[in-house]
Amino acid sequence: MNETEIMIKSDEVFGDQSSLELMVVHLNNVGQSMGMTCGIVNREIEVMVKVSDVVAALTLLREDRQATFTQLIDLTAVDYPDRKSRFDIVYQLLSMQNNMRLRLVAKASEVQMVPSVTGVFMAANWAEREVWDMFGIFFSGHPDLRRLLTDYGFEGHPLRKDFPLTGHVEVRYDDTQRRVIKEPVSLVQEFRDFDFLSPWEGMHSDLVDSANGSGHDKTSK
Amino acid sequence: MAEMQIKPITMNFGPQHPAAHGVLRLVLEMDGEVIERADPHIGLLHRGTEKLIEHKTYLQALPYFDRLDYVSPMNQEHAWALSIEKALGIDVPMRAQYIRVLYCEIGRILNHLLNLTTFAIDVGAMTPLLWGFEEREHLMGFYERACGARLHAAYFRPGGVHQDLPDDLLRDIHNWTKTFPSFIHDLETLLSENRIFKQRTVDIGVISKDDALSLGMTGPCLRGSGVAWDLRKSQPYDAYEEMDFDIPIGKTGDCYARYLVRVEEMRQSLRIIAQAIEGMPPGPVMAPDHKATPPQRGEMKQSMEALIHHFKLYTEGFHVPEGESYTAVEAPKGEFGVFLVSDGTNKPYRCKIRAPGFYFMAALDHLSRGHMLADSVAIIGSLDIVFGEIDR
Repeated sequence: MNETEIMIKSDEVFGDQSSLELMVVHLNNVGQSMGMTCGIVNREIEVMVKVSDVVAALTLLREDRQATFTQLIDLTAVDYPDRKSRFDIVYQLLSMQNNMRLRLVAKASEVQMVPSVTGVFMAANWAEREVWDMFGIFFSGHPDLRRLLTDYGFEGHPLRKDFPLTGHVEVRYDDTQRRVIKEPVSLVQEFRDFDFLSPWEGMHSDLVDSANGSGHDKTSK
Repeated sequence: MAEMQIKPITMNFGPQHPAAHGVLRLVLEMDGEVIERADPHIGLLHRGTEKLIEHKTYLQALPYFDRLDYVSPMNQEHAWALSIEKALGIDVPMRAQYIRVLYCEIGRILNHLLNLTTFAIDVGAMTPLLWGFEEREHLMGFYERACGARLHAAYFRPGGVHQDLPDDLLRDIHNWTKTFPSFIHDLETLLSENRIFKQRTVDIGVISKDDALSLGMTGPCLRGSGVAWDLRKSQPYDAYEEMDFDIPIGKTGDCYARYLVRVEEMRQSLRIIAQAIEGMPPGPVMAPDHKATPPQRGEMKQSMEALIHHFKLYTEGFHVPEGESYTAVEAPKGEFGVFLVSDGTNKPYRCKIRAPGFYFMAALDHLSRGHMLADSVAIIGSLDIVFGEIDR
């Protein structure tokens, strides 16, 4: 990459619908062989790919001369415990040349191994460690897959939906033993998680429109 | 003499060390004075912000963003507010947009003042810190006058800002912008051509463009390596489109280049502040859509609906339509992004916070290999590390 290549192009407006559509058509063409499906959701490109093809897809997105998604901005996971393939692995990519963002999503089950993309983007190293720590998703081929954010000797994966907000253990300094000890959490009061799925309907577009307009008379109906 | 095998020394740096900029435990494998491998152990400030946000309503989750990068709180609230506005489709009034831009730039100067001066003290210069914190005091005064808090502001709300600015505040900020350039000048006379400072920073921690991109670097650290990329220009949000400012880039990609970029960014921020004050339109500071934004206090005394809206918003909160979105702002440290997954209820299903510092910290091993021990301190200082956002 030379100096003139990475410059801010003022004519490339971010989130321009027509250029997004062009990109989606292009990606559907080049990614056809690996079963990449692209679409535009809320003016953001979303690419679905099989978990085994993640490395190939990211390499393609980075190397393709039209796509040039040269930066892995973020890598994370989302947990849907009720689904068969429990996790969504989400890669956020950025193309500076096109001034465009893209989201690559791969579905993985609890026991499935996800190929590590550290060979494609160095940024994936710690991001994958964090996902391993928080969700317990194993990345095969990662050079150094240790826990990252939680304590030494921590058990469980906190961002899974079945992990309680309060956790399982608490630590304190014990005077008699002269060291920090771990005990099961004991709380005087449970965390109050209210169920708010009430009949007062939330944001529907007709409500928003009327509230923006003359006033807010919908509630009085 | 018999040959001897010298094993690398493992050295522990932190977690309590003034140059670690917070709670960083760095395990260094040293060959004598030379770093062979740096292994940062982070997470000592991990508070489970993302997990907590899943259990709070959208509005209750906002103050957590102040506590991420606690040096520039409002810039991060901005990302959260923008992501909710995007999901709800709310338009923010012009005056609120200008106030946000104004306070984002104040936040940027706050951040750069702290970083540059603590960087200086890490490599041996004490005076900039004392001077810089005096200026930070003025700026936190402006924070306080706008929202009542010096640090944890909770001022940017979905739909606008919480309250309008008091009288005279804009005039005072304007007066301050007249005095601040002389401070930058003084800071530069102390550091920019200082022999000791340059010896400690020039050619230290060099990172090439390609490596910086691959490592996920953003913000001044990326611009220091010569990539002209700034989200305020390339993907403008709020009123940044109407602001006229330049983006400084470095040529060498070393600690000194990152320092120079930040100094120039403060000057550019001053330009934006001046323009924001000049162009500040009158009008409301909160979108009038009371399904998502609270009504005026006075209205609540007269109108039943306003009272109901207020009660519902501060107990149940608003519901956000189902969907996923990624929203990013140019925080002082780099790209700060929020990946929001909503399931149609009043609480986020998943909120991933993309902190710029996380990727800087990950790059530390790459940057400090082959450098001397003392250089690791300079590198950490130049990367602008704040643990609130790295550990989350």
